[in-house]
Order: sequence, then C-alpha cells, then structure tokens
Amino acid sequence: MINLRDKGAELWEGANRLQRTAFALVAIFAALCLPYAGNFSLTNFLNTPISSYEAVLVYPVGMYILMALGLNIVVGKSGLLDLGYVAFFAIGAYTAAILGTHTHLNTWEILPMGMGFAMLAGVLLGLPTLRLRGDYLAIVTLGFGEIVRILAINTPSIGGPNGIAGVPQPPTVLGQAFDITHPDHFFWLVVIMILAVIWMVRRLSIRRPGRAWEAIRQDEDVALLMGVPILRYKIWSFSIGAAVGGAAGVIFASEQMFVAPQSFNYNVSVLILSCVVFGGMGNIWGVVLGASILSYLPERIRFISNAREFVFGLALVVMMNIRPEGLLPRKKREHLSDEERAALKATRAALTASKKASKKASEKASEKASEKAEKEASK
Amino acid sequence: MRLEINDIHVYYGKIEAIKGISVVVNQGEIVTLIGANGAGKTTTLKTVSGLRKVSSGQIIFDGQDISNLPAHERVEIGISQVPEGRGIFPGMTVLENLEIGKYFRKNRASEMSEDLDRVFTLFPRLKERISQAGGTLSGGEQQMLAIGRALMARPKVLLLDEPSMGLAPMMIQNIFNIITEINKSGTTILLVEQNAQQALQRAHRAYILETGNVVKEAKASDLLNDPAVRAAYLGTGAEHAV
Repeated sequence: MINLRDKGAELWEGANRLQRTAFALVAIFAALCLPYAGNFSLTNFLNTPISSYEAVLVYPVGMYILMALGLNIVVGKSGLLDLGYVAFFAIGAYTAAILGTHTHLNTWEILPMGMGFAMLAGVLLGLPTLRLRGDYLAIVTLGFGEIVRILAINTPSIGGPNGIAGVPQPPTVLGQAFDITHPDHFFWLVVIMILAVIWMVRRLSIRRPGRAWEAIRQDEDVALLMGVPILRYKIWSFSIGAAVGGAAGVIFASEQMFVAPQSFNYNVSVLILSCVVFGGMGNIWGVVLGASILSYLPERIRFISNAREFVFGLALVVMMNIRPEGLLPRKKREHLSDEERAALKATRAALTASKKASKKASEKASEKASEKAEKEASK
Repeated sequence: MRLEINDIHVYYGKIEAIKGISVVVNQGEIVTLIGANGAGKTTTLKTVSGLRKVSSGQIIFDGQDISNLPAHERVEIGISQVPEGRGIFPGMTVLENLEIGKYFRKNRASEMSEDLDRVFTLFPRLKERISQAGGTLSGGEQQMLAIGRALMARPKVLLLDEPSMGLAPMMIQNIFNIITEINKSGTTILLVEQNAQQALQRAHRAYILETGNVVKEAKASDLLNDPAVRAAYLGTGAEHAV
C-alpha cells in the first residue's frame, strides 16, 4: 500500500514557497466551496440524502474536525487519554446558551468567554487528575464528562433535561448573515476556526511546549528527569484542548439555536477519540481526514437506516486492521523537516566554527612554543 | 558540592523498600552503591533525583534540604540522573534528545553549541549520528546518548543507574572510561551498578546495600580486596582471591 503521508510530505518538501502558498490557497478555496458541491452534477455524489448537506457540513463534519483537532493536542501530542472531552464542548455550548439568552452579549463576545470557561474547567479538572497516569486519567475524565451532562439534566435553572431554546445566532459580519438559511456562512466560520487551530498547533509543535509534550508522551519519568515541569505542560495541553472544545460548543449552540443535555452524551467523546485514532494520532492532517470521514459517512449512508450503525462499525474495524496507526500516521523520525534541517545546519556551523577557533588557538600556542624553543636554542 | 542522604525511608505502597539508608557524596568523588537485586539501589537513586518521595529522612544538597523539591527543579540546582535502561526518547533525533537535556534553560544558542561541543568531544560517535532517531541507535550508543543528555544540564552531581546494563564487555570498558573522564573533569558521580568489579575499580568509596539497608561502607579499593565481598559480589571465592 502506498504511504500517503510520506508521499504527501515528499511533495510538500519538494515544493518551493510559491507552490506551497498556491496549494494552500487552492485547498482553502476548495474547502470554502464545499457547501455548493451538492448543486453540480460532477460533485453531487457528496450530497447527503435525507439530511441537509450544507447543515451536515457544519454539524457534525466541521464541529467534529474542530473537536478532533482539540482532542489531538491532548491525546495525540501529549499522550493523555481523555474520555470526557465532550464536557468542554458542553461547557462552551451552555455558556453560549445561558449568556445568549440572559444578557445582550453577542456570539463573538461570548466565544472567548466560552473558551475561557472551558479552559478553567480544564485546569480545575487537570490539577488533581493529571498527576494520575494512563488508565486512571481515562476513568476520571470519563466520570467528568458524565458529571457535566448529569448536572445539566438536574439543574432546572438551565432547563434541566429540556435544555435551553432560543439561543441567539451570531450577528451579521461583512454583510454575511448567520441564520438558518445560510449554513454555508456557518461552515465558512468553522473553516476559519479550523485553520486557526491548525496554525496554532503547528506553531506550538515546533516550539518548547511541543518538545515538552513530545517528551511527556514518550516517557514521563525521563521528561521529569530532564527538568520538564510535566504537570504544568500537561495542564497547558489539557486546557488548550479544552478551549478548542469550548469554542466548538459556542458555535454549535448558536448554529443549532438550542442546547440540551442529550447532545453531550458519552458517545460524542468516544466518536471524537475515534476520529483522532482513525485518522492518525498526533498528525493534524490525519486527524482532519479521520474526522471528516467519520462524521460524514454516517450521514451519507443514512438511507440504509437500520444497517447504518453496523456498516459504520464494520468500516472502523476493517480500517483499523488494515492501518492500525491510522489513515495518516504520525511522522516517523527518518527524515527531518525544513525547520529541523535549518536548526541542524546552524548547529553544525556553530560546532565547526568553535572547533576551528580552538584549533587556531592551539596552533598559535604551539607556534609560540616552538618560537620560544628556537629562541632559547639560539641563545 | 556535597550530597547527603540522611536516614531515608521509602515505601512502595505498604512495602518498605528502603529502611534507613544514609550515604554521603563529597565533591569530586565517585561513590558507588552495589548490592543484589532488590537491595534498594535504584530506589535510592530515584529518591535523590525526586522520582520517589521519602516518607522520613532527608536529602541534603549543598546544605539545603531538598527532600520535598519536585524532580524537575532538582535538575536546575545540579542533580542529573541517567535513568535505568537509558530512557532515550526513541522518536526524537540524537540532537533533539540532547537539546531536551537542558530544557529548563531557555536555549541560548552559544551556550547550547558549547554544551553540544563538550558532549561530542566525549562521544564522537554521537556526532556522526546527530540526525538519527534515538530508537535506532545501538545499546552502547544509547547509553552514550543518555549520559551526554544528562551532561547537557551541566550537573554538579551525576546519578548513573546501571550504565553497564545489557552492554558488550568492550562497550562496558568504554563507558566506564568515559565515566572516569567525566569525573576527572570535575563532575561528582553517584553510581549504581550490578557490575561490582568495574564499579569498585572506578569508585573512590562504596556502600554495600542489602534489602534496604547499608551493610558496609568503605574505600572501594578495600572492598575490592575483601574476601567476603569478593565471594558475595564479585563471583570469586575467597580461596581464589589473590
């Protein structure tokens, strides 16, 4: 089987800056055009029967990609198994619903607040639990996810099991209205958020936090022995992931105009985790691809009704057998990226320079010594 | 530099792994802890580096009680450990492994290349492998990388946990020569070893550990010639001792 990731990486690294920019722009443009693909005979195979294709692109597809990217920071980058990720999505959604119906804040103002609350929840949950490892962390986060949902069901002031209706939609931006007749605008919004998250994750990955996460994922004890404050970086990973989930929640609430506890079931956490594992843990493009397929497929095959879940499960099992590391697995460290190559070059240059300097110094010293010896001999 | 392990007790759950061990390491020394499996050597080392907490007793470093200092902060004050089994990050390159060795210092390029230079002088083989993934190195190279990585932090005291584990005899000699060299250039060393012969030959002083207790403390050269020690730890009976 051809190695898609390596082929892609090869093409990307072989390209110059102009080609890369052009490719990125074309890819973004194609993504933005996706909502209209259902109208053309060439691309209308994408159309989802029964459910509205444009709406499907926003939820679940866009939302799942966004959440999978957020969870990927936690699971893929730092190796922390979080089975209650849906809690942060719920916190974002309820923030939007409560503030949207009780105050005059609009969605854009609520968005950072929803992210903030999700982050805060991430820190509060992380402080005691991130000292735990592997399985224990998974159980505690699983419990947290359920607690948030059950708390929502049992709190009448936020609608209890009925949820909150009438969540306001985002105000118009640049003449583009966000309402039920414009799912394409919501999709554009989600695409922009996805791009922002991808940009952030790529930045973080090549900098100190990325190094720390990588070390923690590979060997926690050794990371500690190297002086990496692992608890601090785990909490960062957890809360950045939470913020992305919270952002997805805010947009979800204002797009659906309604939130209810049953949208935040345990299955959502598992599905998001499946997206990450299915696509390729730790690889952004793998995660995007995995989330796209796993969120879109069940809608596309909705016409087979009862067999739908079965086909979906079967596809998962078969795929994980063929590609256990995911569709586009994490890059193996056989060749270096451009940044790494540049860093390596600089290091090598510095090394040879310092060596030359010491060589010169020693040559000078030996010259002086021989001069001295000659002088003494002539005396 | 003076490291003092003061009557420490360490538990794994309800099992007391260390029952009051006291060890002193002075500036410039190589001190070795030898003993059978389960004697508490590795646990003692982990307690010094902070991976294990004491239930009573103190770890005193330069006159300061560091028993409650988190492990990552102990690296900053000059205690570096080479973990048992090397603990190389297999998915990172040799260079990245070395770079993470001085993680706590915000990387200044000049300082970094200086430290790299020092490591590569000790281990020229690592320089050849600079862009190779850590997991693809041979056992001996991984041990070199583990020691080099710990040196990147410029430790005052280097804790070595079984550096000879799983290495060929030639490589063991090689590694111990380098350990002696590191010590001569001014780094104090606390060494845990199963290979008592090598450890005693290289160390200044030694402690013999048995089931969580120190049973003997002496100059390494004395222990090397002690018939009882030879019989118990060096695999040569008293009658063969020369």
